[in-house]
Amino acid sequence: MAGFDKVVGSYEEAMAGLEDGMTVLAGGFGLCGIPENLINEIKRKGTTGLTFVSNNCGVDGFGLGVLLEDKQICKMVSSYVGENALFEKQLLSGELEVELTPQGTLAEKMRAGGAGIPAFYTATGVGTPVAEGKETKLFNGREYLLEEAITGDFAIVKGWKADRYGNVVYRHTAQNFNPLAATAGKITVVEVEEIVEVGELDPAHIHTPGIYVDRVIVGHFEKRIEKRTVKEA
Amino acid sequence: MALTREQMAQRVAQELQDGFYVNLGIGIPTLVANYVPSNMEVMLQSENGLLGMGEFPTEDTIDADMINAGKQTVTTVKGASIFSSAESFAMIRGGHVDLTVLGAFEVDVNGNIASWMIPNKLIKGMGGAMDLVAGADNIIVTMTHASKHGESKLLSECALPLTGKGCIKKVLTDLAWLEIENGAFVLKERAPGVTVEEIIEKTQGKLIVPDHVPEMTFA
Repeated sequence: MAGFDKVVGSYEEAMAGLEDGMTVLAGGFGLCGIPENLINEIKRKGTTGLTFVSNNCGVDGFGLGVLLEDKQICKMVSSYVGENALFEKQLLSGELEVELTPQGTLAEKMRAGGAGIPAFYTATGVGTPVAEGKETKLFNGREYLLEEAITGDFAIVKGWKADRYGNVVYRHTAQNFNPLAATAGKITVVEVEEIVEVGELDPAHIHTPGIYVDRVIVGHFEKRIEKRTVKEA
Repeated sequence: MALTREQMAQRVAQELQDGFYVNLGIGIPTLVANYVPSNMEVMLQSENGLLGMGEFPTEDTIDADMINAGKQTVTTVKGASIFSSAESFAMIRGGHVDLTVLGAFEVDVNGNIASWMIPNKLIKGMGGAMDLVAGADNIIVTMTHASKHGESKLLSECALPLTGKGCIKKVLTDLAWLEIENGAFVLKERAPGVTVEEIIEKTQGKLIVPDHVPEMTFA
């Protein structure tokens, strides 16, 4: 690599350095905007004992669901899971641990982690099972929970276009958690549909500035649809 | 007669105002979008990161990258915006959404809501529900008044683990429109043909019944 050029040529190179027991932040909401090829590379690599921080855990046979097949995930930090039978099985058998986190709190934990803020107060979850064991404080007479930030050894992100410097734009609602995960990984890997020339992306329209990004790779995506809804003709 | 799901959506739609930003949950709340009055502009927020959700696409315009919080493929309306999940929940938590409509298992006289977890059943997670109830000032809960076995869902105290504490003020059931004030449900309207007696019988928490309880009207 030279200078700011972040582009790598293979998925093996993209996920080099991932080791057993690491924490990985993954972008995506449902199956929308998930780094599907980076996930498949983790499966190929066979890394185990991984903690994943991701809003969901894919479905059977696609997305993070494929990492359950060889029991590579030991813990999920998510807001909504259980769209896959294997997940349920491993959860009930105790092979998989889940830390359920409200969606907005999960997003803010990643944002804070990337922004150097170790913890923040939120009203979300006060008086619920989420509050158990957490510090609370009153501000203007209302109770808030102290929630800690999250960072990862790796962040795996799905973008639409990137330039060689790692500036990224996302497409439609495939943005979701991706820009947040991108800020909070020690090593942030972004896979995109297209790599464009430096200078081609409008500087004011970049979602993730290259400073957050360590590696960029171009891939082909299945983009499976979880709930296909169309209007009646 | 108890309200149908469509009638419940219609009743909720009467609470919409021109220029409202609205978040609709899954189920009956989603149907509210079908009853936005034609002389009114309302913008739908979807918590995965979309403000200005439109109708479902056609087979030709379907796009895997364009979904709502229910993971359904959707479109955008003119003037929509798309953003990250952190930005989306900043809007929600920051109280910028004018109306939130969501379902529940139970609500109680202190405005507590339980909607995400039934112990000893598989727990899928709270998604964005805890953020929505904590952040919104104006929330309408839509649910059936009692279970299929006749057990009231309007309680003196929620038995299930909570989604939020002290955050609910308005409830629409298939039998009644109620508001929560000073530790009691206040019966504001009843479904056409439903008697006050039936509502009293099916409400376990403290219920205040004014002298006159009007029937709901539908245009």
